[in-house]
Parts: sequence; structure tokens; C-alpha cells
Amino acid sequence: MGEPGTKELLSLDELEAAGNLRTGRKHIVSILAENKPGVLTRIAGLFARRGFNIDTLAVGPTDDPDLSRFTLTLDGAVHPIDQVTKQLHKLVNVLKIRDLEPEETLARELAMFKVAADGSSRGELMQLCEIFRGKVVDVSRRSLVVEVTGTQEKVDAFERLVRPFGLIEMARTGEIAIARGRGET
Amino acid sequence: MRAVDALMECLKAEGVDVVFGLPGGANLPTYDAFYDAGIRHILVRHEAGGGHAAEGYAKATGKVGVALGTSGPGATNLVTPICDAMMDSVPTVFITGQVRTELLGTDGFQEADTIGITMPVVKHSFMIRHPLEIPRSVHEAFHIARTGRPGPVVIDIPMDLSRADIPYEPVSDVRLPGYQPTTDGNQKQIRLAAKALANARRPVLYVGGGVVHANAAEELTELAMFDRLPVTCTVMALGAFPAPHEQWLGMLGMHGTRTANYAMDEADLIVAIGARFDDRITGKLSEFAPRAKFIHIDIDPAEISKNVPAHIPIVGDAKNILPRLTAEYRSLEPDPQRLEAWWTRIKGWQQRHPLAFEDSSDAEIKPQYMIKALYEATGGDAIVTSDVGQHQMWAAQYYDFPRPRRWINSGGLGTMGFGLPAAMGAKVGCPDQQVVCIAGDGSVQMNMQELATCSQEGIAIKVFIMNNGYLGMVRQWQELFWDKRYSAVDMGRFPDFVKLAEAYGATGMRLTDKHTLVEGMREALATEGPVMCDVRVTAEENVYPMIPAGQAARDMVG
Repeated sequence: MGEPGTKELLSLDELEAAGNLRTGRKHIVSILAENKPGVLTRIAGLFARRGFNIDTLAVGPTDDPDLSRFTLTLDGAVHPIDQVTKQLHKLVNVLKIRDLEPEETLARELAMFKVAADGSSRGELMQLCEIFRGKVVDVSRRSLVVEVTGTQEKVDAFERLVRPFGLIEMARTGEIAIARGRGET
Repeated sequence: MRAVDALMECLKAEGVDVVFGLPGGANLPTYDAFYDAGIRHILVRHEAGGGHAAEGYAKATGKVGVALGTSGPGATNLVTPICDAMMDSVPTVFITGQVRTELLGTDGFQEADTIGITMPVVKHSFMIRHPLEIPRSVHEAFHIARTGRPGPVVIDIPMDLSRADIPYEPVSDVRLPGYQPTTDGNQKQIRLAAKALANARRPVLYVGGGVVHANAAEELTELAMFDRLPVTCTVMALGAFPAPHEQWLGMLGMHGTRTANYAMDEADLIVAIGARFDDRITGKLSEFAPRAKFIHIDIDPAEISKNVPAHIPIVGDAKNILPRLTAEYRSLEPDPQRLEAWWTRIKGWQQRHPLAFEDSSDAEIKPQYMIKALYEATGGDAIVTSDVGQHQMWAAQYYDFPRPRRWINSGGLGTMGFGLPAAMGAKVGCPDQQVVCIAGDGSVQMNMQELATCSQEGIAIKVFIMNNGYLGMVRQWQELFWDKRYSAVDMGRFPDFVKLAEAYGATGMRLTDKHTLVEGMREALATEGPVMCDVRVTAEENVYPMIPAGQAARDMVG
């Protein structure tokens, strides 16, 4: 690559190659933070300025009204997950961070799909729905809204299957996660 | 009492005796409280000057520096010092006024989202939403600013809340469950480190600004001395190890000595203490210290293995860790003979590659000579602040700092305009010390309005402008790497610094002759009140040696 600070030209390919590392394992990071104004901005801002890419983010209350739980999924190849968690720990409002082990974690997300469904394709669509334990939550003359919960991978699979029918809209929450067994998340 | 009077009580309880600031609409209540609070308030001419003064005060004294500004532009003018304090871990608290709560979010007059704007560059910040939060937030802010890895904390107070009548009770504790810095180093890790040191053949101590913040210079020196370990410091740590000294290799990094950089290159064990492997230190990361194992001691766990993987990480306060490391190391009774070959190699570099420059044969003042002259004139024991650029590097190279907190500069952010206000803050914090600022003719113009503050307040700083008529460091890079196409670096010979100094109520002097330079500097130092000296130096001189950006230590040039 061109030496930094010098007049040597830098090709766009070189620049892009540096930014396109992926394929690391998916990480689910669970953050327990004080339920105070601006905490979401602090966490999101930290990711942005350190160049960490968030794939999904879900925020909600916990059993303690003073605390919120943030569940993030990200790709561990782009930045070492270790550096992500250490930087998060420096936020004063963040109390606890866990990089959850996939085998010991239950992860779910909720997705809603609005799919084109006229008479001919409706039956097939309903079958798919059943296989994925989805629920039809809205029906109109030419479309269905289906609700599916599951892991990110399951929702991805459902998406791939319904896309050919004519996917009009989709909304996903991003995963939330909790540790299996008695242990704390 | 009024919330702002409670604020004053809190500041006093935190030991604040001086603040730097500038009033405006949104902090009128705070300024009314200053009227009879018994805290010295220094009225600066620009909030950035106040912010850097707070940094200079903090760096010179080790106490928390405090700066104030009003809402909107007052706060945005503080952003540069806040970011600077973040990069260099300077314990500082910034208190900004904010529009009254009913105007928040309406683009009110002088409204800016101070908390949002500063969020990426603060250690923490407090948006006050209820007047009762003020006392606790102030104490938490000071606690966060000065403990762990120090840094800037912002407190933003809407004007209506600051006028509220609140029952004030002193706060004696802080409750921050999410903030528990580790200070005690792990004993097992310390033992491992001692063992690695006792077995090392080519060790180097690589010392960063953290050692200064931790007040651990003595502990460092003790560790280094007992087994004759070579020591190098970053630009933030100069003075942490007493220079000159036979174990002192000089500064390392882009404009460090060849000896220091070569030693890092060939070392088999590098002990990084309060240092963060900045790109100005490592050069090309893949070729940095290729033979070395790393012990990394730092209070911030996020620094460990951020840029260079540590073999033995130790998280904690250097002041806690270093004496324990020395004790463990001593108990292993290392063989001093094992370092003989290493010292022979180092001495060879020192003899072959001392810091050197070609002096003029006439009256012309070489910039390096100017630093040596100032060292002589000050007896080598002034508090020296600097701006950013060539003069900063020459000062770092040629002024030997015998103690910590004598050298105050902007390392991480590299803020031009830092030096003069930082000198002002340092002088306020250490009124009995000689405080000089080595400035560039470019840098000094970014905050020279504070000379008026110095004249008004009788803050007797001595500013020595290394005047080469250029933005010298940029010119150097254009010369070396961009075919001498000098683009926007010529400053001409403007302004007339002598007249300007006089206009500000300071003493102006001009020094142009090498032969009378030391004498002239002595006169400036002996002159009462603030002095600004325009020292005319060689226009096109380069800082050497140098590791070109992105290259390895052994590729040093010059």
C-alpha cells in the first residue's frame, strides 16, 4: 500500500480491501447499562468512532427498572471483540458486558414479513409459515403479514424462502439473548 | 441556597483554588456566585485559551484543572481543549452553561448540544436535568477526572436550574457502580514480569505519559537504576527519567534518537509503562520491535494489546506496580553481567549517532541552538510548554528534562496554540517556578490573545517564538515527500511580535544574533511580567533524525 503521508497514489482497491474484512464468527454481546438519558448514544457513538460495525441492536428494560439491556450482534473479524468489550467497559454508565457463548445462549429475534399473496400462492405460503412456526397476523386481498420468531439464522432462512413470492416489506428486531440454565447473562 | 452557590461549595470541597473561564448569558448565575465565592477566576480572552490553561495547570500541578464557558459558542470553543485532554489523559473538568430547559431542543439563542458534541471526546459527561443533581455530579466529575486513567469531564448546566433554590448538603461519597478502575496490579503477573526482566538480554523500558500522571517517576527510576536498564520516553513522558543520564537513550519515535529507536528494534524485552504504542512510536506496525516480547503496564485495560499484543499484561497504577515489580525483580538477583553486550551495542549507537546539527558559522540562530541556549539561560530547570510542530520536536530533543511535570505539550491531538495558554495555566499553578513557552510563529498566533490575560493578571510567562516564517513541519514534509511544492506554508514575517507584545501590555523583544542569544534570553527571563521574544531562526531547517511515516525504526533518515 502507498506509504502514509507521502505523495504516492493510493488505489481505491487498496482502500477498500482494508475495510472489507468479514467472515469472523458472529458475536452476541449483552450489555447491562444504567437506564439514563444518553446511554444509547454513548454506546452507539463508541461503536461508530472506533469503527466497530453493529449488525443488530436491541434495547429494552430488565427486571431492575434502573437498568437497561442492550443486545448487539457483530462480526468478530472486523475488530477484535476483546477491544470492543474493553472500550465499552470504559463507559461509566455501563455495568456489565458479556460476549455470549453460542452454545450456552438462547437467542431470538422477532420479524414481520409482508408478502404478496394472491389466491394461487397463498396455500404454499401458509405451509411455509407452519414449518417455521410463523403466525399470519394480517390478511388482505393481495398480501399477508407473517410473524416469525427464532434465531437470526432461522429468520434469514425464512426470508430467503418467502422472497420469491414477492416480499413487500420486512421489519426485524435484531436478536435478544439470555444465558441458558441458572447462570446470569 | 442557590444551586450555583452549592456549585461553589462543591468546587471548594474538591480543592479548586483557581478556574479559567469566560462568562456569557447562560452562565450568568454561575458568575454571580463567583463574585464572592473566594475562588480565583481568571478571565481568559477565548474559551480555548481557558481550556488549555486548565490543562497546563493540571499537567504542572497534578491537580484537576477547571475551565468554564457559556452555552453554544462558549462550549464549542472548549471542544479542542477537551479533545486534547482526552488524548493526553489530562485531569480536567469543564463546566458549561446551557440554555434554560424549556428552550432545550428548540434551537434557542446560543444553544448547542454540548453533551452530544463532546461525547466522543470526554471521559464522561453530565447533563444536569434537575438542580438537586448538581452537587453529586460535580463530585463524581472530579472523581472520574482524576482517578483511573485521568481525562476530561464535562458538566452542562441549564441556566434555569443553576438559579434554583436547593437544600445543600455536602456530599462525602461517590456512587459509580460502572466505574471501578483497577489500580492494584496482579501479583502473579508482576512475578512473571520480574522473571522475564531477570532473564532478558536486551531489555528496554519504554515509558509513556502514564508514569507522569501516576507520579511514579521515582519508582520508575528505582527500577531502572537497580539493574542498569536502558530507558526511553515518549514525548509525553520526558522528565519521568532524569536526563541526561548514562541509562537515558533519549526520546523514541518519529523524531526520537537513533539509539532509542535502534534499541527498540533490537530489544528482546520491552517493558511499556503507561504508554500506548501510538503510530508516532511504532512506525510500520508489522516491523515494530520484531524481536521483542512485551510487558505492558497500564491502568487502562483497553490499551493492552490494542496496537501491539502484550505477552505479559499488567493492569493497574504504575505507582502501585513498579515498586512491587522492583522488589520481585531484586529478589531474583539478576546477573548484571548479562547486559554487558547490550550496553556495548547501545554505547556504540550513542557514539556514532548523537543528536547533532550543523551550526551556523555566522550570527544566524539555528533552531536547535536556540533550544540549547534556552536550556543554558534557564539553568535547565524551567517548566517548558510548547506548541506543536518543529519547535516542539527540537525542544523535546535538545532540552534535557531532569524531572517530571517540567515538559508540557500536546502530544496526542497535536494542538497548535496549546503552548501559550498552557504556560499561563502552569504559571498560575506554580507561581514560584520559571515558566517558559517555546512557540512556533504559526502556532502562537492561534491563542496569543491570552497574553492580554497574562498582562492583566500579572502572570509572568516568558514566550520564546522560534520564528522561521513558515509552518515549518508541514514545509519539511512538503520538502521531503512532496517535491518541494510549498503549498500554503509561508507565513511571511507577520505579525510584528514585538509590537504585538507591547500592545498586549507585555514586554516584546527580538533576538537575532547567536552570539548574544543566551544573554538576551536571560534578560527576558529576568524581566518582570509576561515577555514575548521573537527569536529569528534559520528558515528552512529540518528536524532530524526521522522515521518517515509508515516506515520502520531502522529506516531512520538524517
